[in-house]
Amino acid sequence: MHAPRHALDWEAASLRVVFVAATLVAMVFLIAPTIIVLITSLTASESLKFPPSGLSLRWYYALLDADQMQRAAWNSLIIACWTTVIAVVLGTGASLAIARSRSKWMRACDLLFMSPLLLPALAYGFAALVYINKLGFSPSIALLVLGHVVVCVPFVLRTTIASLSQLDPSLFDASYSLGGGQWMTFRRVTLPLIAPGLGAGAFLAFMASFDNVPVSLFLADERTEVLPIHLWQQIDSNLDVRTAAASGLIVIFTLALMLIVERMVGLTRQMR
Amino acid sequence: MNVAESRLALPLAALFVAFFVAPLVVLIVLSLHGEVAMRTWTLANYVKFFTDSFNYSILWSTLLLGVKATLLCVGFGYPIAWLCARSSARMQSVMVFLVILPILTSVVVRTFSWIVILGRQGIINQVLLWLGVAHEPIRLLYTEVGVVMVLAQVQMPLMVLPILTVMSKIDPNLGDASRVLGAGEWRTLWRITIPLSLPGVIAGCILTYTACITAFVTQTLIGGARLIYMPLHIYQQAIGANNWPFAAAISIVFMVAVLVIVGVLGAIGRASETYARP
Repeated sequence: MHAPRHALDWEAASLRVVFVAATLVAMVFLIAPTIIVLITSLTASESLKFPPSGLSLRWYYALLDADQMQRAAWNSLIIACWTTVIAVVLGTGASLAIARSRSKWMRACDLLFMSPLLLPALAYGFAALVYINKLGFSPSIALLVLGHVVVCVPFVLRTTIASLSQLDPSLFDASYSLGGGQWMTFRRVTLPLIAPGLGAGAFLAFMASFDNVPVSLFLADERTEVLPIHLWQQIDSNLDVRTAAASGLIVIFTLALMLIVERMVGLTRQMR
Repeated sequence: MNVAESRLALPLAALFVAFFVAPLVVLIVLSLHGEVAMRTWTLANYVKFFTDSFNYSILWSTLLLGVKATLLCVGFGYPIAWLCARSSARMQSVMVFLVILPILTSVVVRTFSWIVILGRQGIINQVLLWLGVAHEPIRLLYTEVGVVMVLAQVQMPLMVLPILTVMSKIDPNLGDASRVLGAGEWRTLWRITIPLSLPGVIAGCILTYTACITAFVTQTLIGGARLIYMPLHIYQQAIGANNWPFAAAISIVFMVAVLVIVGVLGAIGRASETYARP
């Protein structure tokens, strides 16, 4: 009896050791870049050496004069806000329709609305440029927002449909039998219950829009330059240390938003 | 439930028809013309793509790049999901938070930090020189190895989350039964856990693969100007060379290739679901 039990323990331990080791390596690999950006952005020198020879906030102060970068950040913020609002309004309606219907048409819609997630976004961005060009329009913020909505709305749909499918249908019957109309039931029963899923989806859509390059690359012009493209060009041409400071700010901003959303709606639960 | 409710999908459907389907149709039509004015129909763009080995070698290396990065994601993502599914609720939240942190941080920022890590005087080279493993800095930036590594880091969450979802639904009694019947941990992993979590792995593969091959920012910043993948090729032809009809044809070829791969993976995923539920 002794030998096999001993062997069993060793086997269980070996599996755990291998998986824990792989996880630790992966975790370092996942987190290190974020920490390194933060440290690099605090460098006191003119170059992007790591570890930095001295620490200072000088590059953060330098951002105060970076007019072009500030304008790009402001554009990105406005576009991301509009995209999120439109994606949430249209996405909620579509989620309600998809979650409660078994018809073939709704399956097809579901597939259509999710396809921007799978198709090459850059090819879509180019298609949108060709299209608006054929229609005789020139790139504008409004068209850029519509393009962003198409590629960001799948995030809203995914989390919202998941929340809707967990609702107990008897809740609606209860609301209707108590005299609640459709709108009343939506506002007082459905909406509060799906709010966490909707909130997480809205957050993901906002970040996806704020971060979007492939669509903005084609639909943004000189006036509507967005932050990720501005930074991309900066990194591609001359490695300005101000880019590191801007990156540091984005990391801090993202982390803070993530913690707030986690507190409010349980982001990590909604994404599973 | 009723007709009134399916009408709620109409506004989004209208937006998609006007701003997603229509542009793609226009793109297909443009790819079948020689010039932007679209007067005469021709297959010349596609002939040009498939008769020039430069073009399809780019397509091939892009599709292969996705395979490499996806395999790296499975290799590390599966253990993360496995461990996460066996952790306490609190630990699970922390792990998922750390896993989704990179995907929510701006892709330009993530890629930027990798330049600091992979560069000639970057962290990896400093460590290698200090350890004496290498005698001069090795080139990581502007190589495919670098691109694969960065893509795996950037897209890892897309692999971990679907696996975790499926894995937390596996009945723990199955594992216990396997052990009671005398199977060791490794055997239980191969015979019970992996087959049952296969649908999650396939879903993760579809998401990571499609994200990796279209990751324009990572490919261009880490790969540099000499490693050309499909997204950069499309961009160069459309904006650099201003050859819209040809860029349209490349886009269509790329999209069809992606759809075929997603279709095959999806079919495997459905087959693995029936395998999981005999």
